Amino acid sequence: MKVSVKYFGIIAEAAGRDEEVLEVAWEISVNELKEQQVQKYKIPDAEAVQLAVNQNLNKEVELKEGDEVAFLPPFAGG
Amino acid sequence: MDKKKPKKVLVQGAIPPEKIAQSIANHQSKTNIGAHSIFLGQIRADQVDSKTVRAIDYSAYEEMAEKVFHEIREAAFSKFDITCAHIYHSLGRVKTGEICLFVFTSSAHRKIAIEACNYFVEEIKAKAPIFGKEIFEDETHQWKVNK
Repeated sequence: MKVSVKYFGIIAEAAGRDEEVLEVAWEISVNELKEQQVQKYKIPDAEAVQLAVNQNLNKEVELKEGDEVAFLPPFAGG
Repeated sequence: MDKKKPKKVLVQGAIPPEKIAQSIANHQSKTNIGAHSIFLGQIRADQVDSKTVRAIDYSAYEEMAEKVFHEIREAAFSKFDITCAHIYHSLGRVKTGEICLFVFTSSAHRKIAIEACNYFVEEIKAKAPIFGKEIFEDETHQWKVNK
């Protein structure tokens, strides 16, 4: 199945892109996807990276076809 | 009315002081207000390993950030007896000394306005997916992390 992935800040810099569509295994978990991309792009400070699925920071969800997954580095607003 | 309308919080570039003055002026007709509280975030010229920050380039997961701002706003209106609240945050490059965050809360009395303003600032810093690239004088950069 396909999911659409967005990268921000230092993660987009490491990945060399802001977004891409990924073909992933059915029933892949959010953490598995995170681990896979952290390895692939050597994303620094992986513990501090949060994933939002369809704009929600819920870690427990299983991914579905067409989901939007955002890789978010530490927030720096204000 | 003011509280229901979802407004866009993210604005391109620095927040001009004139906009802040105009916001104050816009509230002079609302005579049930007895107190305003204003927070202004300003870009600081931090020193890192003998280099000086000269700007922050802000980016955001915009759709999610606007949703988070709306949720913070809803929560603030249910927690505090405020008359109105306005928030603006910069995107793009903001130079040192310029304003990147403007929070403006109003209430009948000062304590509520001040507490609500503080609530907005802390929630925005903790929950809004906004990212800051600190640009040094030689155009090198590092990524900012909120403490």
